[in-house]
Amino acid sequence: MADAAVFAPIESRPPPVAVRGPIGWVRSNFFDGWLNTLATLVTLALLLWLVPPLFGWSVLHAVVAPDNAACRAAIEHGACWGVVAEKGRLILFGRFPYEEQWRPLAACAILIALLVASCLRPFWKAWLAPLWVLVLALCFVLMRGGVFGLTPVETALWGGFPLTMALSVVSLAVAFPLAILVALGRSSKLPAIRAVCVMYVELIRGVPLISVLFMASFMFPLFMPQGTTIDQLLRVFVGYILFAAAYLAEVVRGGLQALPKGQVEAAQALGLTYWQTTRKIVLPQALRLVVPAIVNSFISTFKDTSLLTIVSLYDLTGALQLALGDANWRKFFLEGQLFVAAVYFVCCLALSRYSRWVERYLNTGMRRQ
Amino acid sequence: MADNAPIILFEGVSKWYGQFHVLRDIQLSVAKSERIVICGPSGSGKSTLIRCVNRLEEHQQGKLIVDGIELSDDVKAIDAVRRNVGMVFQQFNLFPHLTVLENLTLAPMWVGKMPKKEAEEKAMTQLKRVRISEQAQKYPLQLSGGQQQRVAIARALCLTPKIMLFDEPTSALDPEMINEVLEVMVDLAKQGITMLCVTHEMGFARQAADRVIFMDQGQIVEQNTPVEFFNHPKTERAKDFLSKILSH
Repeated sequence: MADAAVFAPIESRPPPVAVRGPIGWVRSNFFDGWLNTLATLVTLALLLWLVPPLFGWSVLHAVVAPDNAACRAAIEHGACWGVVAEKGRLILFGRFPYEEQWRPLAACAILIALLVASCLRPFWKAWLAPLWVLVLALCFVLMRGGVFGLTPVETALWGGFPLTMALSVVSLAVAFPLAILVALGRSSKLPAIRAVCVMYVELIRGVPLISVLFMASFMFPLFMPQGTTIDQLLRVFVGYILFAAAYLAEVVRGGLQALPKGQVEAAQALGLTYWQTTRKIVLPQALRLVVPAIVNSFISTFKDTSLLTIVSLYDLTGALQLALGDANWRKFFLEGQLFVAAVYFVCCLALSRYSRWVERYLNTGMRRQ
Repeated sequence: MADNAPIILFEGVSKWYGQFHVLRDIQLSVAKSERIVICGPSGSGKSTLIRCVNRLEEHQQGKLIVDGIELSDDVKAIDAVRRNVGMVFQQFNLFPHLTVLENLTLAPMWVGKMPKKEAEEKAMTQLKRVRISEQAQKYPLQLSGGQQQRVAIARALCLTPKIMLFDEPTSALDPEMINEVLEVMVDLAKQGITMLCVTHEMGFARQAADRVIFMDQGQIVEQNTPVEFFNHPKTERAKDFLSKILSH
């Protein structure tokens, strides 16, 4: 007990390097232990077995030209992408008049451009919201026509990718704010508001989307007074929005519940009003927590547009069925389906990659370093 | 309002959580610039008592007047009271998605309608006061517990409140960080702000408090100057409590 022990701090040093060069990387990633090695070999064998015939079918022996005879000749061993070349415009634009198809094309291009711009940080400005209203109005005019010398095209003829796109974008743009209001309503102190929100969510969530679409397009007109009609497409849009919002509302509510109570109390103690607290403190944190679930909802909303076929509207998948109605090309439904699937896949992949960036962006401050 | 009128007045205040009678006929008058420490066993109603002052909790019976305004369901009255009452929580409750500076400017800008530049200047002054101005651009979770609590104190001071409420401000801190927070609180106590502080830091009570209030089972059991309370507790209950917290 003579001297106090001396504390000698150990110098900090870099962590050990686990991987050395490409060979080291391959070894530690593919041949690390006998189980890993076995899995690698089995996977390799499967790839060897699958890839060459697939490559042969889809590329080497495929017929790209819209040549029906060539396609029929190659049917045993090659894909017929000719069906896409021949029917592409019908699949993409549905029954929209052939000569006027530049209009849906232009509308889609503008909408996609704005969509991409809205995803980028420098464009998050106050004028983005009015710009959206403007662009949606412009797209509607382009599609509907009847002004500026554009031939009128009734909404029943809208179809293909523009319809899929419009329904997804418009319904999410309207359903998302609606969902936030409903979720806030469900946690309201006022029993009447709470009851209305709970009833809405339970009612809509309790029925299949197909029933909602049926009711919107076939049953609703029966209850309308004689002589008044509301456009079928509009009715379907409203039904679709109400359906999407009910699901999104529950996702948002999950985020609201995960927020520690102390956050709201601190905001109240500072004198912030309910709406200030909601906007500045609650929503930024609650929505951040549920980004993956929101994107999940967005993706299923996007893909569920394919149910429109049920009520005789020809979205992307519906337009494909139209195209395959041609007896000459009916045999090549597989190639058509693959093409449509690829369109859906690209859109969904873009959405999910973007959501990962959003997550990282919103996570600023949540990490300790 | 006369200058010697109490800044906080509880008159027969009662509150229940369901069937549980958490505050029982509280009578309490706090003078301007008075510094009060509230102690007592857990579940005795200390936190509930101070949370009634800025209406984070509602009282169900009796009268509660803060800075001349009677608290009721009237939202305007609540807003007016909250502007003059700052609060510091056990769990800091900083906003993790905002930087330290943004945490401080939020209320001045949105509640006080102050221009951004002015709010930032004011925030920096408060950060200097709690000796943490170099951390202004960081996010709360990048700071230590003691630093976070000092930021929370600065945030509460940004609206220049007349009353500060502290709800066990050092209970969630590592032992090594308690002192840096207590030092800031002692500084604050010297500057004449009215303070209500729920804490078990008896050193702080001796150093900074004018009065110690001892609560048990929703009642104020006894109140006295710190010297009298610690040296000559009047009730058996207080003696028992003090022997337990001062024994280590």
